[in-house]
Amino acid sequence: MKTYHVDFFVNGEEYELDVPANKTALNIIRDMLDLTGAKEGCGAGECGACAMIVDGVLINGCLMLAPEMDGKHFETVEGFADEKGNLSPVQQSFIDHAALQCGYCTPGFIVSATALLRENPHPTREEITHYMSGNLCRCTGYKRIIEAIEDAAERMNGGAK
Amino acid sequence: MSKYVGVSVPRVDGVKKVTGAAKYVGDMKWPRMLYAKCVKSPYAHAKIVSIDVSAAKALKGVHDVITGDYYTKRGGLYLEDKNFLAVNTVKFYGEPVVAVAAETPEIAEEACDLVKVEYEPLPVINNPMEGMAKDAILIHPELHTYKVVPIFHPQAHTNISHHHIIRKGDADAAFKYAEEHPDEYYITEHEYHVPHVQHTPIENHVAVAQYEPDGKCTVWASCQSPYAVRQALSATFDIPLNKMRIISPYVGGGFGAKAGTTIEGIIIPLAMHCKGRPVMMEYTREEEFVNSYLRQGVYTKIKTAVRKSDGKFLAVQNNFYWDGGAYTEYGVNIVKASGFASTGPYEFDNVKTDAYCVYTNNPVGGPYRGFGMCEIHFGIEQNIDEVAKEIGMDPIEIRRVNGLAPGKSTGTGEIMKSCGFLEALDQVAEAIEYDKPCEKPSAPNKVRGKGIAGGWKSPSQPTNAGSAAIIRMNEDGTFFLMTSGHDIGQGSDTALIQIAAEVLCCDPSKFTIRTGDTDHTPYEWQTVASRITYCAGNATKLAAEDLKEKLLDLAQIKLGYIKRELYLEDGWIINRNHPESRMPMSDLALGLAFEDGSGYGGPAIGVGTFTLPNNINYDPATGYSPKPAAFWTTAAAGAEVEIDTETGVIEVKKMVESCDPGHIVNPELYKAQVEGGMMQALGTVLFEELKLKDGKVLNKSFVDYKIPTIDNTPETFIAMGVEHPEETGPYGARGIGEPAMVPGAPAIANAIYNATGCRFTEMPITPEKMLKALQEKAAAEKK
Repeated sequence: MKTYHVDFFVNGEEYELDVPANKTALNIIRDMLDLTGAKEGCGAGECGACAMIVDGVLINGCLMLAPEMDGKHFETVEGFADEKGNLSPVQQSFIDHAALQCGYCTPGFIVSATALLRENPHPTREEITHYMSGNLCRCTGYKRIIEAIEDAAERMNGGAK
Repeated sequence: MSKYVGVSVPRVDGVKKVTGAAKYVGDMKWPRMLYAKCVKSPYAHAKIVSIDVSAAKALKGVHDVITGDYYTKRGGLYLEDKNFLAVNTVKFYGEPVVAVAAETPEIAEEACDLVKVEYEPLPVINNPMEGMAKDAILIHPELHTYKVVPIFHPQAHTNISHHHIIRKGDADAAFKYAEEHPDEYYITEHEYHVPHVQHTPIENHVAVAQYEPDGKCTVWASCQSPYAVRQALSATFDIPLNKMRIISPYVGGGFGAKAGTTIEGIIIPLAMHCKGRPVMMEYTREEEFVNSYLRQGVYTKIKTAVRKSDGKFLAVQNNFYWDGGAYTEYGVNIVKASGFASTGPYEFDNVKTDAYCVYTNNPVGGPYRGFGMCEIHFGIEQNIDEVAKEIGMDPIEIRRVNGLAPGKSTGTGEIMKSCGFLEALDQVAEAIEYDKPCEKPSAPNKVRGKGIAGGWKSPSQPTNAGSAAIIRMNEDGTFFLMTSGHDIGQGSDTALIQIAAEVLCCDPSKFTIRTGDTDHTPYEWQTVASRITYCAGNATKLAAEDLKEKLLDLAQIKLGYIKRELYLEDGWIINRNHPESRMPMSDLALGLAFEDGSGYGGPAIGVGTFTLPNNINYDPATGYSPKPAAFWTTAAAGAEVEIDTETGVIEVKKMVESCDPGHIVNPELYKAQVEGGMMQALGTVLFEELKLKDGKVLNKSFVDYKIPTIDNTPETFIAMGVEHPEETGPYGARGIGEPAMVPGAPAIANAIYNATGCRFTEMPITPEKMLKALQEKAAAEKK
C-alpha cells in the first residue's frame, strides 16, 4: 500500500509519520499513536464513537483518510483534562449526572459536547439534541447526557439559554 | 441506618471512562498479533458440497485456514447443537464456514476472497409456524442425539428444541364454564407478533486468543460471563479449566449479546496452530447485525376469560411460538422463562401455556435484555387493555383487580411474598395523570393519547447458580474487592463496592474492584438475568462480613474487650462502651503483632460464597414450582404520545416508569438504568426490526436499522421506584437492569391506541404502518 508522509498535531503534540493511503485518521490515532479514547463503532460515520475535533471542526475520525491529516490539529478525549489531571467541565459533568454507563460511546459524546459548547456556549435543549444526534448511545436514556451538557454550559459559561 | 447503601455514590469507573483511559479489548495490542476473518455463508440453508482453501493458504502472510472439519465437536450452553464453523450444512445466512488467520486484517480478508465454497441450496424455514409444519425439512435431523441440560425437552425428529408447559388449575374446564355462562363471563382472543431485534452495543464483539506451547489458552474477550464462556470453550475444545483463562476487561455494552460464546470459538482453533501468536477477531458493524445473537421473534396467541361484573380474570391460554433461529444458544431458556412468566404480573387460577422454541433458518436467537419478557409483554399488556375495553372497564382498574400482590399466586403456583406492583402502577398513573385529558396537541393535525402497562421478570438461571467474592485489606486500610460479576455499564462495580463499604463501614473510595479474570477473580455463574446486585451482591456482603468477623476476632485480643462490644467506623474498631478504646482497622491487615515480636491471624482476607437459596426445578408436566426463580421484579410504565395524522410520525412526549427493586443501592444509578431500559423499549416499539427475507438480513447498518438518538428523548422522562425489600437480597435489593425495559413498549402501544383508535399487534409501529392504519380506519368509518 502506498504511504504518505504527514505531519500533524494531536492534543498539542506533533507527530511525523508515513501513513498508508487506505487507513483513516481514526486508525492512525488509535493504532499508530496508541491513543485509544476514540472508538470505532461502525466505521461508516453512523455512530459518532470516533468523534474528534480537527482544526476546530467536529468530525468522525473514521471518515477522514490518513493522508488528509497533514498539517492538521486534532483534539481527542485524551486532551481535555489538564496536566494535573483535573477533568474538563464536560467530563466532570458527565460523571456528576451519571450520564455514562458502559462508557464506549462516552469519549465521542464528550468530544461532541465540547465542540458544541465552544460553538454555542448557551445552547437550548433543542440545540443540544440536534447537535448531538450524530452520537449513538445504547445504554443511557440520553436524558442525563442532555442534563450534563446543560450543567457543563452553566459551569463554563454561566448557563444554557 | 445505611451509610453507603442507598446513597448516590458516583460511578467508580467514571474518571476512566470520561478520559478515554478505560481499555476495552479492541484498545489492546499484543506483540506479533495476527488477525482473523471468516468466509460466511451466502445462503440461509444449504449443503456444503466442497471447500477449496488452497489458494487462501498459499497467500503470503496467511498463517492458518480452517474449516468446520477441523473441529467437529458441537458445543452449546444448554443444548449442544452448534459448531463454531459450519459442518456439512450451513443453517443461517452469514454462518461462518472458513476462518483465516493472517498478518494483517487486509491479508485475512483477501484470503477469504480466495476460498471457494460450493453450496447446494436447501429449502429455507422462515418462521416457527413453517418449522412446526408436519412436512417441514429438519434443520437438525440428529436433534435426538444432542446432549441437553435435562430441564429442556427437544422433540425428536422435529424442529422443536424446547416445549415449555404451564398447567395451573384447569383452564379447559374454566373456558368451558365461561362459554356456558355468557352473561357472567366474557372470552376473547388476540394475536401479536414481535420481530427480531438486534442489541447493537456500540462496541462490536471482539476477542483475542493465545495458545501457548504448554497448552495454556488465554482469551481476552468482550464478554459478560467469563466463567460461562470458559466452561463452554473448555468443553468444546477439550482444554482443562486450569489451562483455559478468560479475561474480560471493560465491555462496551452487552444487553445479552455478549453473554455466551461467539467469536472465541473461531479464534481458539486458529490460535492453536499459530505457535503462541495471539489471534484477534473483531466484528464489523455489519457482522454485529448479522452474526451476533439477536432477540428472537415470537408469535403470540392469548385467549382470556374474564368475569364481566368486576373484571376478575378466570383463565388464560397462551401460545408462544418462538423463532429460535438456526441454533438455540440461550433460546430454549428464554422459552422456559416465557412459560413461567406467561401470566404477566397478574393472578389467574387457571393457566394453560404452551411455549415452543423452534429452529428456523434465521440468525441465531439469544438473550436480549428482558430475556423474553419484553416480547411476551407486548402481547400480554395490550391484551389486558383490549379485554378492559371489551368489557367496558378502566385499564388501570382491571390491573388493580388482578395484579399480583403479597399472598397472591403466580402461574407456577408460587405465592408472592414481597411485591410492590400495584403501588408502582398507582405511582405511574399519578405521574402521567392518567385520569386527566392529554395536553392540547402542538398542531391541528396531531392527536395525543396516554397508555399504561405493567411487567415483571425473574432471573431464568440454573437453580443452583453461584457467586463468590473475596475482599483483601491492604496494610493502609484500603481494600481490593474481587468478584466476577461484570460491570457492562449497569454500574455493578459501584453497587458491589457500596455493599462492601456498608458492611466494613469504610468510605467507598477506599475500595478497588477487580473483575473478569477466571485465573484470578472468583467464580460467578454469569452476568445476566439482572442477577449481579442480588447474587454477587450477596457474595460480596458475605465476604465483607467474613472479613469483619476476622478483624473483630483479632481486635478483641488487642483491645481486651469481647467482640460484641466492638464496632467498625470509618476505618476504626471502637468499643461502644468506652469509645476511647479503639484501634485502626489497618493495624490488623497483617494480623496481630505482639510485644515479643510474635504474630497471629494475618493477612486480612474475607471470603463470601452465595448459592441461590431454595430455588427448585419445575415439574415438566405442569410447570409447577413453588420457587422457580430467585425473585420477581415488577414494574409499570406510562406514556403520552403525539401522532402526526398527516405523516404518521409518532413522538413520545412523556414516559414514566416505576419498578420495585426491593431496596435501591444507588438512587442515581438506579434511575439511569431504568431510563436506559425505557429508551430501549421506545426504540423497539417505534423503530427496530431486523428485516429478514429468506433468512437474509436486509438492514445491516445504523442507517437502515435505526436505534433511538438523543432527539428521541421524551420531554418528560421520569424513572421512579417503590421499595418492598427482597427477603434474601443484600440489604433487600433485587435486580433491575432487565425488568426496566419490560413495560415500556406496550405502554407506548396502548397510548397509540388511545390516541388514534388503531391497535397495532406487531412492532415496530412505524410511520408507514401508522399512516396506513389511519387511512384504513377513516375508510371504514366512511362506510
